[in-house]
Amino acid sequence: MKTIYLDNNATTQVTPEVLSAMLPYFGNFYGNPSSMHSFGGQVAQKIRLAREQVAALLGAGPDEIIFTSCGTESDNAAIRSALATQPEKKHIIISRVEHPAIKSLCSYLATQGYRITELPVDKSGLLDLENLDKALTPDTAVVSLMWANNETGVIFPVEEAAAMAQERGVLFHTDAVQATGKIPVNLKNNKINMLSISGHKLHAPKGVGVLYIRRGTKFSPFLIGGHQERERRGGTENVPSIIGLGKACELAAQNMETENEKVRILRDKLENELLKKIPQSRVNGDKINRLPNTTNISFEYVEGEAILLLMNEQGICASSGSACTSGSLQPSHVLRAMGVPFTMAHGSIRFSLSVYNTETEIDFVSEKMAPIIERLRGMSPYWNSEKQACQSQ
Amino acid sequence: MWEYTDKVKEHFLNPRNVGEIENPDGVAEVGSLACGDALKLTFKLDENKRIKDARFKTFGCASAIASSSALTEIIKGMTVEEALKVTNQDIAQYLGGLPDEKMHCSVLGKQALEKAVENYRGAPAPETGAKIICECFGVTEKEIEKAVRENNLATVEDVTNYTKAGGGCGNCHEAIARIIEKVKAGPKSDVKPKLTNIQKIKLVEETIEREIRPSLKHDGGDIEIIDIIGDRVIVATRGACAVCRASDITLKHFVEQRLRELVAPDITVEEAPK
Repeated sequence: MKTIYLDNNATTQVTPEVLSAMLPYFGNFYGNPSSMHSFGGQVAQKIRLAREQVAALLGAGPDEIIFTSCGTESDNAAIRSALATQPEKKHIIISRVEHPAIKSLCSYLATQGYRITELPVDKSGLLDLENLDKALTPDTAVVSLMWANNETGVIFPVEEAAAMAQERGVLFHTDAVQATGKIPVNLKNNKINMLSISGHKLHAPKGVGVLYIRRGTKFSPFLIGGHQERERRGGTENVPSIIGLGKACELAAQNMETENEKVRILRDKLENELLKKIPQSRVNGDKINRLPNTTNISFEYVEGEAILLLMNEQGICASSGSACTSGSLQPSHVLRAMGVPFTMAHGSIRFSLSVYNTETEIDFVSEKMAPIIERLRGMSPYWNSEKQACQSQ
Repeated sequence: MWEYTDKVKEHFLNPRNVGEIENPDGVAEVGSLACGDALKLTFKLDENKRIKDARFKTFGCASAIASSSALTEIIKGMTVEEALKVTNQDIAQYLGGLPDEKMHCSVLGKQALEKAVENYRGAPAPETGAKIICECFGVTEKEIEKAVRENNLATVEDVTNYTKAGGGCGNCHEAIARIIEKVKAGPKSDVKPKLTNIQKIKLVEETIEREIRPSLKHDGGDIEIIDIIGDRVIVATRGACAVCRASDITLKHFVEQRLRELVAPDITVEEAPK
């Protein structure tokens, strides 16, 4: 059975070109980039190149790029640095829909004497910057808002938010893990102090991330050790992955246009077909301010895990915001923050495409989905029932 | 991804007995749309009072559907008495096991079965008159009050963490907030753990005198306190109560209940040996 991979916000395929760029550094070129000999030195050169490739995609300088082990490390390093460099400030502003890498960290920090403000989103998942304005205080150490949401693809106006924070003398971090490579990110044009990236979301391997630190922004390292990354992140470099990430960033810069044309067209086609063929389905999240590759659709009266497993039978990969897929009582915090009724949230499916999906695949998926939903609805006691669903407030 | 057994997968992909029986002998609906699991079970008996047919409709994840399918297969051919002996473990076992996080799916099946049998017997479940506040998770007012009082909970979120109440659709948040306020505003005597033994004895006496004795006397009965040891209140029944065969029930359901409400939640009432 052929796999149709529509779960690219979870992780992506390592592009063959990225893989072949990496392979020599698992093999013959195993030198340590910190070594004095040219056997190691040639590897250091490759890391320098990768740093330039990443910087180019972001509109940053190579000296502003720190390689880390993942997006979560970058997020943790950014927030903790903001706190460590301003020990007198005890307030953090985030949004209700942040990734756990930020949200759980802040829940922890709340137990350590920090005050956390979570900005709400509206029913489309959008942020009202007036709320940010109201939340900023002289005690605020950092504002951290995601550039694009992993579940809905909704894009936040982080550049405006960064400008507002800067005006009030507050550091601004953005988790750009989902945005990077999908939409243009140019750090020359904004006031963002810190930005996090994860390699495996843009066709590089897992286990490598980036933290961008704007020149002039004070930084306190998270991992203390050797002099690697100019003493901003100790630990011997994950050489093959860093080289892979550099290559992936180069490709992402080239593919950005395709992403925003071809992928967007495929995504829209899938979304429109599903909404047309399947009654009582709806899109979660704003359709305008949204990543070109993501659509989050709720199918009422059916449960997400069951949908995913039937899709799995057809080789189709996607994700769900249902409670059952997480093992918790409650469906996705993102959908709940948007006020999506539980009846809808349990049956939510996220499709996230990449430049490697084809129209044939999309046609196959839109053909298979309707019978899957129908089959589960046929088993559901609520379908065609007079009984009113429990509505969210 | 959950690690389901082949049997779970098979029952999910090919569920047995999906549907609803018309004019069933027993019917029950448990769970709710908000909590992500719901099951409607119907069954029909044959002339020998054995379950001839059982059908389900389930909203939920793969293991909820497989558990429902398993349940209907298990109970077919059983008498209702036999069916009532089926445990959620039996359902899970039939499926070759369920992940821990999914055991509630088998519990849902068990609950539906019990309710459907109750429905068949025509006896609506005497839920001790408890008022359900959180319909999503079936949490009663009493349970919430108890959790708030005993753990000194201050917010709806606390209550959700302790009791699950309010963790579903959120419609009961206001009601939970009112319960918190009520408990907080309650009379000082509600703060029971702080009572000294002497205070407790006095309070028991006063409560019996004021709240309990008048009702008993109304029916020609009476009680006397014999001893109070810790939370055990030992009483002797007098008058009509002494010869009444239902005096046990009176003691447990009326006297004990009132003392628990008004004095301390852990009080038990026992009758002194005659």
